[in-house]
Amino acid sequence: MLKRLLVGTLAIVVVGLVGFGVFAWRPAIDKIAPPAPSSFAPELVARGAVLAGAGYCSTCHTTKGGQPFAGGYPMKTSFGAIYSTNITPDPKTGIGTWSEAAFRRAMHEGVARDGAHLFPAFPYDHFTKLSDADVSALYAYMMTRPAVDAPAKRNSVPFPLNIRALQAGWKLLFFRPGRFEPDTSKSAEWNRGAYLAEGVSHCGACHTPRNALGAEKHDKAFAGAAIDNWIAPPLTAANPSPAPWDQAELVAYLRTGISRYHGVAAGPMAPVVHDGLVTLPDTDIQALAAYFADRDGAAGRASTLAPALQRAAAANRLNVGPQNDPAARLYTAACASCHYNGAGQPNPLRPDLALNSAVNLDDPTNLIRVVLYGISAKDGAPGVVMPSFNRFSDADVAKLAAYLRATRTDKPAWPNLEKKVAAIRAQGK
Amino acid sequence: MTQFTINGRAVSIDADEDTPLLWVIRDDIGLTGTKFGCGIGMCGACTVHVGGRATRSCITPISAVDGAEVTTIEGLDPDGQHPVQQAWLDLQTPQCGYCQSGQIMQAAAMLKDFPAPTDQDIDATMSGNLCRCMTYVRIRAAIKQAAAAMGEKS
Repeated sequence: MLKRLLVGTLAIVVVGLVGFGVFAWRPAIDKIAPPAPSSFAPELVARGAVLAGAGYCSTCHTTKGGQPFAGGYPMKTSFGAIYSTNITPDPKTGIGTWSEAAFRRAMHEGVARDGAHLFPAFPYDHFTKLSDADVSALYAYMMTRPAVDAPAKRNSVPFPLNIRALQAGWKLLFFRPGRFEPDTSKSAEWNRGAYLAEGVSHCGACHTPRNALGAEKHDKAFAGAAIDNWIAPPLTAANPSPAPWDQAELVAYLRTGISRYHGVAAGPMAPVVHDGLVTLPDTDIQALAAYFADRDGAAGRASTLAPALQRAAAANRLNVGPQNDPAARLYTAACASCHYNGAGQPNPLRPDLALNSAVNLDDPTNLIRVVLYGISAKDGAPGVVMPSFNRFSDADVAKLAAYLRATRTDKPAWPNLEKKVAAIRAQGK
Repeated sequence: MTQFTINGRAVSIDADEDTPLLWVIRDDIGLTGTKFGCGIGMCGACTVHVGGRATRSCITPISAVDGAEVTTIEGLDPDGQHPVQQAWLDLQTPQCGYCQSGQIMQAAAMLKDFPAPTDQDIDATMSGNLCRCMTYVRIRAAIKQAAAAMGEKS
């Protein structure tokens, strides 16, 4: 009896494993000789360049100071570090031997040329929405980049999560392959924005919270999430900025990195704007802005702008004349010279902290990071710097953050600020 | 390697990325008009312009100015005749003078944003620049004189 039970169980396990193996197995696609760059039409390559910018591919596929697209950039996930790979057309270490069919399968299904399942750190769950024509353009662009010999780095994902075949199970649970389907009740501009945002620009990869297995929670699309030691704010009506994100402000932010009513693109958003979306034509930026203005519900909150500006102007009057509160003194000495705006419209290069996203978010992380580490000339407002106040004590940074929260917003105080500052300082830049 | 321009001249600096811009300006580039005061961004003596904005150079890591345009007191005006400098001379604003290059750089940047500053604007934007000789009254007067001169010119 016991023997039969054991044999039966074993048989089920074996059948299950074989079945899963068959289910997870993907064939390799034959290697090709690297195509000559001249075999691609220049217009196609140019379109690919725009799309590669829209997807800011180089941001993750390039290390700091490294060769473009040669990979090696560490993505720190809760499952370990995953290193981006070399997507230059180098035949040995890059994708030089990948046919267009292999490239398309990677983009649409998350499977490498050799049949291995890719980790969803590569956002194929977004790229699956790309049209075949756009994938062809991206292929043409990538295959005409300079080839770089740069072998892949070893991921630090622990066993058994590093078994590629298990990714087939993840895909079964969370991945819905398929091209973008327009919403016919919306305008062509909105649909273009949706196609870019949900597809190549993969905005949800940072702005949508993920579940315990690292999949985006689709019922909480763009609800905001913690990513790379920063907070990616909600891109919905839950966005806590006092001023609405209307199309004009979104265009300014996505085009120049500065919104006078919200602040500048800092942290992981800076390269998205300045190295990535910069390639997009104005019409595409307007489309992205139309899409997100709709998700923000900006039209319904238009009336909140005037009171927000009034509140900001009133806050600007707080730091004039003798100051007795130590936190107010700290602000007046360290911050007001750049952030004070007087009575008029806020100057976009004097980010108004009553309107600023970082001061209004539920989590103080972004504000603390910017105070401690500043913003370089390449990020934020181009050519302009915010210095790094990391010589302030944890207590002083906490005091400043609490002061701004209390005097610039009507939102509840942030708890445990000093500990948070210490933790962010320990994380480093 | 960090590359930027200083007073219109391109420079390439090989320094640790956390090195304060002030160190580089004074020790590597040799422009000593910009002064060290507190070293924590609380006194304004080290103020320079980065991209035309007043910036405390003692707490600006050199890596942050890669690709930027830096201007120091030596480069504010080729002949030292910026309206703010003229007003400073005219009213004999400095006492010991140590903080004054920072004061002038802060005032010159401020006047671009507030061409006709009120006392409130001056208080808010200049409070981060300390003067231990207490020339604040003459600083305020010189800013207003410079604003008037610049207003006439434009």
